[in-house]
Amino acid sequence: MLADIFQQYNYAIVIILMMTGLYTVFSSRNLIKKLVGLSIFQTSVFLLYITIGKVANGQPPILEQAPGGGHGEDHAYTTKVIETVQVAAAGGGDFLTDIPYSNPLPHVLILTAIVVGVATLAIGLSLVVRIREVYQTIEEDRIDALDYAFNLEGTDTPKKAGAKA
Amino acid sequence: MDITPYMPAWLFEHGAGFLIAVPLILAAITAILPNRKLAWWSTTAMTVILVIVAVALAQYEQINGLDIYRMGGWNPPYGISLVVDALSAPILVLIAGMAVMTMLYAMPATVAEVEPKKRAPYYAAFLLCMAGLMGMVITGDAFNVFVFLEVSSISTYVLVAMGASRDRRALVAAYNYLILGSIGATFFVIGIGFLYMETGTLNMADMARILTEMDGGSRVSMVAFAFIIVGLGLKLAMFPLHTWLPGAYAYAPTQVTAFLASTATKAALYLLFRFTFFVFNPEFDYVAATLTYLIVGLGVVGMIFASAQAIFQTDIRRAMAFSSVAQVGYMLLGLGIATTASVAAGYLHLINHAVIKGGLFLAVGAIWYRYGITRSVDFRGLSKTMPWTMGAFTLCGFSLIGVPFTAGFVSKVALADAAAEQGYWWAVGFIMLSSILAIFYVGRVLMIAYFQDPPIVDGKTVAKNEAPLMMLIPMWILALTSIAIGMNIFGASDIIVGASERAAEVLLSAGG
Repeated sequence: MLADIFQQYNYAIVIILMMTGLYTVFSSRNLIKKLVGLSIFQTSVFLLYITIGKVANGQPPILEQAPGGGHGEDHAYTTKVIETVQVAAAGGGDFLTDIPYSNPLPHVLILTAIVVGVATLAIGLSLVVRIREVYQTIEEDRIDALDYAFNLEGTDTPKKAGAKA
Repeated sequence: MDITPYMPAWLFEHGAGFLIAVPLILAAITAILPNRKLAWWSTTAMTVILVIVAVALAQYEQINGLDIYRMGGWNPPYGISLVVDALSAPILVLIAGMAVMTMLYAMPATVAEVEPKKRAPYYAAFLLCMAGLMGMVITGDAFNVFVFLEVSSISTYVLVAMGASRDRRALVAAYNYLILGSIGATFFVIGIGFLYMETGTLNMADMARILTEMDGGSRVSMVAFAFIIVGLGLKLAMFPLHTWLPGAYAYAPTQVTAFLASTATKAALYLLFRFTFFVFNPEFDYVAATLTYLIVGLGVVGMIFASAQAIFQTDIRRAMAFSSVAQVGYMLLGLGIATTASVAAGYLHLINHAVIKGGLFLAVGAIWYRYGITRSVDFRGLSKTMPWTMGAFTLCGFSLIGVPFTAGFVSKVALADAAAEQGYWWAVGFIMLSSILAIFYVGRVLMIAYFQDPPIVDGKTVAKNEAPLMMLIPMWILALTSIAIGMNIFGASDIIVGASERAAEVLLSAGG
C-alpha cells in the first residue's frame, strides 16, 4: 500500500495540491488569497495532465535524423514518417516500440490550459483592483457588510461604481 | 422556408469554421475601434450574418445529414472536427438568433448602461462570448470544448462586471462567478483528462466508440464522468451549484442578462446532453444510476426550491434568475428519465425557455431603462405607463407559468407526458407544483402592474413613457415566437418539436 503511494508519488502531490487549493478558495475571506488558491488548484490539474503523458524512462518524441534540404525532400520525409508510424501502430514495425516515447499530446493540451489559467487570473486580479477602488477593501466580510442593507432590500443602484466610499 | 439554394456553395463546405473564426477575428478588430457606433453596427451585422449561416447549416444538415468540418484538413480522430448534427444545429440557431435580438436591444440599452469609452470593448467581449458558445456547441473534440467554454466564460466575467457603472455589486457578482466558474471548468478538464487516460483519444465520437467497446470502461471513466457532471453542473446552474447565478444575472447589464439567461446555461446543458448520452451512454450502470438518482432528484428539488426562493425575492431580476434555476430543473428531469420522449421534451424546454426568459429579461430591462426600478413593489401601474412592454412581459410570463397556447405549455405537457409514461407520477405532481409556484412570482408582479394605479410623484401621476422601439421589437418578436410555438402558427411548433425529436433520436441511438 505504502509502496504503491511512493511509486506513484506524482498523483499524491497532485491530490495534495488540489485539496490545498480548493480549501484555500473556500476558507479564505480575502479576495486575493482566494485567487491564489484557485491558481494552485488549476496548477495541480496541469501536473495531473503532465503525469498522464510521462512514460517511465521515456524519451522526448523527437526524431533523430533531421530532414535535409528543400521542400520536396521535406514532403517525402513526412510521408515516410507517417507510413512508418502507421506500420508501427498496426504492430508490424519497431519504429515506436523499441524506444519508449513520452506522449506529447497532454503537454500540448496543458500549454493551452496554462494560457486559459493566466487569463482567468488576470481577469480575477483586475476585478479585485476594481472592487478595491469601489469598496476600499478586499475582505469579503467587509464587502458583505457594506452591501448588507441593499442586499436585504433588493433595491438597485446603491452607489455608482467609481464613487469613493 | 428553405434558404439553402440561395447560399453560395463554399458556405456548406466551410460554414462551420466560419461560425467560430469570423467573430473571433472581428472581436479583435472591434476592441480597438475608436468609433462606438461603428462597433455596434459591425457587431450587429456580424450577428445577422451568423444567423443566416446557422440557419443555412441547420437546413443543410436536415436535408443532407450531419456535416463534419475538418479543421486544417486533418482527419478525425487526430484533427479537430467541427460537427453540425441534429443535436447541435438548433442550439447554434438559438445562440445566433438571441445574439441578434439582444444586439438590437443593445442600441439604446448599452448607451444607458456602459460608459462611452468602454462600449467598443464591451461589444468585443460580447462577440468573444458568442464565438465561445458557438464553439462549445459545434466542436467535436473534447478538449476543444474546454477551451471554448473558457473563452465564453472569461468574456462573460468581463461582461457581468460591466454592470458596475449602474450597480457596484456587479463587481462582486462577477468575482464570485469567476471563482465558481473556474472551479467548474477545472473540474470539467480533470474529467476530460481521465477520459483521455481511459480511451487515448480526444474526439468525442471516437471516445464514445471506445467506451462502448470497453463496456463503460473501468473506474477511471466513472471518475471522469463524476468530474464532468459536477463541472458542467456548476456551469449550467444545477440546483445546489447555482449560487453564482442570481447575482450575475441581477447586476449584469440588461443585454448581457438576457443573452446569458437564454444561451450560456443552455450551451452548458447541451454539453450535458452530449456527454451523458453521446460520449457516455445510459447503458453503462454508473450513468444510468446517476441519471435516475442524481439528475432526476436534483432536477425535481431544484424545481421546487428555486421556485420557492423566487417568490421571496423583492428584486424582479433576482426572482427571474431563481426561476431560471427552477426551469433548468425541468430540463434535467427530461434528461434524467432518459427515454426518447423525455429527452426530446427536455431539449424542447431548453429552446422554449431560452425564448421565454430572453423576452422576460428584455422587458424587465426596458422597465429599468425608463423608470430605473427593479423592485416588484415599484411596478405599480406599469400596464398604463408602459403598456407594450408590460404586454410582452405578460405574454412571456404566462409562457413561463405554462398557460395553454404558449410555448411553456407545449414543453411542460410533453415533459409530463414522458414522465408519466415511465411511471414517474410523482414527478408530474412536482411539475404542477412548480408551475403553481410560478403563478405566485409572476402573478404578483402582474397584479401590481395591472391592478394598482401609477405612483404619484410631486402631485402628478407618472406619465405614459413607453420603451424605445428598438427595445420593443426584439421583445415582441420573442413574445410572439412563444405564442407561435404554443398555437402552432406558421408551423412553428412542428418545426421545434420535430427538431427536438430528431435531436433525441440522435442521442439515444448513439450508443446502440
